[in-house]
Amino acid sequence: MSAFHPHQLDRRLRAARTTLWIVLGVISLAFFRTQILGHGKYQLQSETNRLRPIPLPAPRGIIFDRNGRILAENVPGYTVSLLPGPPADLRRTLALIAPIAGLDSGDIADVLQRARRAPHQPALVLTDAPFAVVSALEERRVNLPGLLIQSEPKRYYPDSTIIAHLVGYVGEVTEGERATQRFASVRLGGIIGKDGLEREYDDTLRGAEGVRFVEVSARGQMVREAEPAATLSPVSGAELHTTIDLELQRYIASIFPPGRRGSVLAMNPNTGEILAMYSAPGFDPNAFVGGISPAYWRELNENPAKPLLDRAIQTRYPPGSTWKLGVAAMGLKRGIVTFRTHMPIPCRGGLQYGNRYFRCWQARGHGALSLTEAIAHSCDVYFYQLGIKLGVNTMLEDGTAWGFRGRTGVDVPGEIPSEYPTGPEYYDRLYGPRRWTSAVALNLAIGQGENAQTLINMVRLYQQLASDGRMRTPFLVRPASVPAMESVSLELTPEQIAGLRRAMVAVVEQGTARGSRLASLTIAGKTGTSQNPHGPDHGSFIGFAPAEKPEIVVGAVIEFAQHGSAVAPLVARTIAHYLGLDETRARSMRLAVPADSAPEPFVIPMPPRVDPLRIIPVPVIPLPTDTVRAVPSPPTR
Amino acid sequence: MAALALYGLATLYSAGQTEVPTFVAHIWQRQLVWLGLGLIAIWLMFRTSPRMLEWATPILYVLSIVLLLLTLVIGTGAGTAASSKSWLAIAGLRFGQPAEFAKLAVILMLARWLAAQREPPATLRQLIPPCLIAGVPTFLVIQQPDLGSAIVFIAVLFFMLFWAGTKPSLLVLLASPVIGLVLAFSTATWGLWIAILAGLLLWWRPYLWEGLAVMTANVLMGVVALPFWNRLAPYQQNRLLAFLNPDVDPRATGWHVIQSKVAVGSGGLIGKGFTEGTQKRLAFLPAQHTDFIFSVVGEELGFVGVLVALGLFGLLLFVLLRIARKATDPYSSLAVFGLAGLFFTHILENVGMTINLMPITGIPLPFFSYGGSFLLVCCLGIGIALRVAWESRQSGYAEL
Repeated sequence: MSAFHPHQLDRRLRAARTTLWIVLGVISLAFFRTQILGHGKYQLQSETNRLRPIPLPAPRGIIFDRNGRILAENVPGYTVSLLPGPPADLRRTLALIAPIAGLDSGDIADVLQRARRAPHQPALVLTDAPFAVVSALEERRVNLPGLLIQSEPKRYYPDSTIIAHLVGYVGEVTEGERATQRFASVRLGGIIGKDGLEREYDDTLRGAEGVRFVEVSARGQMVREAEPAATLSPVSGAELHTTIDLELQRYIASIFPPGRRGSVLAMNPNTGEILAMYSAPGFDPNAFVGGISPAYWRELNENPAKPLLDRAIQTRYPPGSTWKLGVAAMGLKRGIVTFRTHMPIPCRGGLQYGNRYFRCWQARGHGALSLTEAIAHSCDVYFYQLGIKLGVNTMLEDGTAWGFRGRTGVDVPGEIPSEYPTGPEYYDRLYGPRRWTSAVALNLAIGQGENAQTLINMVRLYQQLASDGRMRTPFLVRPASVPAMESVSLELTPEQIAGLRRAMVAVVEQGTARGSRLASLTIAGKTGTSQNPHGPDHGSFIGFAPAEKPEIVVGAVIEFAQHGSAVAPLVARTIAHYLGLDETRARSMRLAVPADSAPEPFVIPMPPRVDPLRIIPVPVIPLPTDTVRAVPSPPTR
Repeated sequence: MAALALYGLATLYSAGQTEVPTFVAHIWQRQLVWLGLGLIAIWLMFRTSPRMLEWATPILYVLSIVLLLLTLVIGTGAGTAASSKSWLAIAGLRFGQPAEFAKLAVILMLARWLAAQREPPATLRQLIPPCLIAGVPTFLVIQQPDLGSAIVFIAVLFFMLFWAGTKPSLLVLLASPVIGLVLAFSTATWGLWIAILAGLLLWWRPYLWEGLAVMTANVLMGVVALPFWNRLAPYQQNRLLAFLNPDVDPRATGWHVIQSKVAVGSGGLIGKGFTEGTQKRLAFLPAQHTDFIFSVVGEELGFVGVLVALGLFGLLLFVLLRIARKATDPYSSLAVFGLAGLFFTHILENVGMTINLMPITGIPLPFFSYGGSFLLVCCLGIGIALRVAWESRQSGYAEL
């Protein structure tokens, strides 16, 4: 029988048909499984395939001064970045961009590294691209796959250098910062505050980043904007209202002796509001926006004047004579002296104590002085004796209680603690037990020795004198709750405070700071001269006015100013300006008193260990006149 | 048939509509030209008597073998098959893929040889000539290398042997070396297979030496499997590996399968709309106009579109089977069945690979994929089938 007999064929046909049905059925089922059952999954994959999220940076909150003037705002800027893609493609595109945008090989390597670090995010090529570059790139867009040009808010500080230390600056978050809890939510390449208020209040200023999606091809080329529904708008950061008086800050900057280093701090003594905080030399915070140029960064860090240093809170100076008010307050509080008390030994230009002769700054001597007169003339001999009466332990105890060891807690990051010995054991550690004498008390009493205060810490002492004696924590942004520090007080009676103020008025009227007397205003204040082993002494002045009911306390330090009297007019004019008085007379004033220098610094001796009978001179440990902050590596763009 | 061709053309048109400008955008016009040529081919074949064809078969066969040989010498790569030498270019003009024509020639040659036999092949020895007929071009296309076409030749051989009435047991024995080869990748499965084969040999009781030959061949396959695997081009190895697990290398080898599945899967029930497929538009889908054209169908027209396409293909195949059944002579019957087998293999393989049912081989989908040679071959085949159907109706033998 032939294989092609119809019956045979029918049998095979049936087999073939069955096979065909089965195969078609299986294929249909497979498609059913993929298309109907797996639809959701694949739909999602398809979407993520074609959509690339692009972060939309939120505008940072605007920072205002107390009168609504702008300290920091945002201006439109352009960023150029590349959508993620294979490294070879990125390199090719970068090679095309390089001549237009002026990138060198180092920049290109940076971009590629950025792309590697965050493979699913656009890699930043240029921040703050000039308009010419943006338009040139836009023209060649067709040949530049993955090119993304975005308009992004850019931080701008209209007053630049004047407020630099105060507001700080912004920059790209670093790997190290992202590892911390605080910045964990910031995406790689996100902008955060790096210093000053920008840093302190970054959480509220930062806002919430938005995201938009663009459709891309398999090559990573941006095709078009995705549906607007998918876009999440950024939420701009909250506004920040500070206590700063920008007008005052500008005025201080304008009258601060040009080329000098130092700082001025103005505060409301009754609240702790900081009205101005100026440090010179300054820097341009705008240069940090969008990545600082390595040249400028190097200059800032290598400059011996250390412009990045906020001298109001990050530099310790021996307080010098400004400290005498603290000692006087200790004496009054403990009832050791009154304002009329005379010391046993009148000032003859110095005091013999043990085998040492401690000089007064006035070589011809002040004669017999009451406390009020001693403050007005800043007589060292008087305070040596007061120091001896108080004793080392008492001075250390009170000083520590009044916060001279530590920070004020001002809401600006980077404040360094002031240095003050904890107690006698500090000297034991330093010189060895029984290897030091109560002679340290003489140094402590005039603000020398092992005592180094930041300007803000000293201003806080005068704030207490200018108000009711209670301590206020200085702040730039009014805190939600009242800090606990306010319970600390000088524990003086109102009469004692009034007396101290009178003495300080006398300083200005007739004493060492006569240069700052203003006809229409009574300013209370005290000069200070900090010994500086590295050069001319630093001068300081802290004053407040009106003396009867102070509204402002201003402290100023000028490095290498030789003498505190030189600083007094600066403070006086600041106060007068703030109170709306004519400051022309203050401007024309000249220094009437030559020098308020503390005794010669002691030569540091090797602690003699052989002769126990010898009275050991008190060594002065040279304190760093400015504390060098660890220089951080330049922030990467 | 016409519906299929139009459906295919529309899909191809859509495949060209991408966001990324490619040459694919305008090929639907060229495909239209090819389709025109195809219609002429159908008409020509319809005018050709099967006797005439039967007579010309050996000539065609030899001619196609020569062309295949020529490809190996002067072949050029092109398009999506850029790395293989499967194109014949004459004076710079790409002429076509001889492998596609060889498929038709092999079908006809097998039909001629099998039809000439009085009885269906009953022994393995009798199977040697048809194996050679299919084996020579298979060997040649593997040299190109074009694994997909090679598989088609082998599949067609089996279909036609089956239609010629070869006993299933014999087919199993014939296929056993291939099965042995596949299973040789695991010693355990291969051992099991050898045991089963031994059982089958005892059960069916072929001639002793044939049984021995089969056993030897299987053992041999187990031995050569590894060297053979190593001789495969890396992309062929990868394709097979990626078939087993596309996620092994999602960026390179598995890319095609994953993207294709994503495209098909995201199509859902009714698809994203004609020409609206995002996977395709944004060029995630590779070779969307040739090998992965069915993914475009799945993405844009959804499950419904897929079912319609499969239905049309099914209809075509059933009609072809019917024609083969009613054919007036064994030659025609075998040829038509061979064509059905050819279509079936292509459809199964091409559609299957878009959802990872089959490993990826670059073989086109009839009437859908862009490619003149294969479309022409399909049309020629349809022409033959129509003629056969017409003849059987003329003879009054069938009530078609």
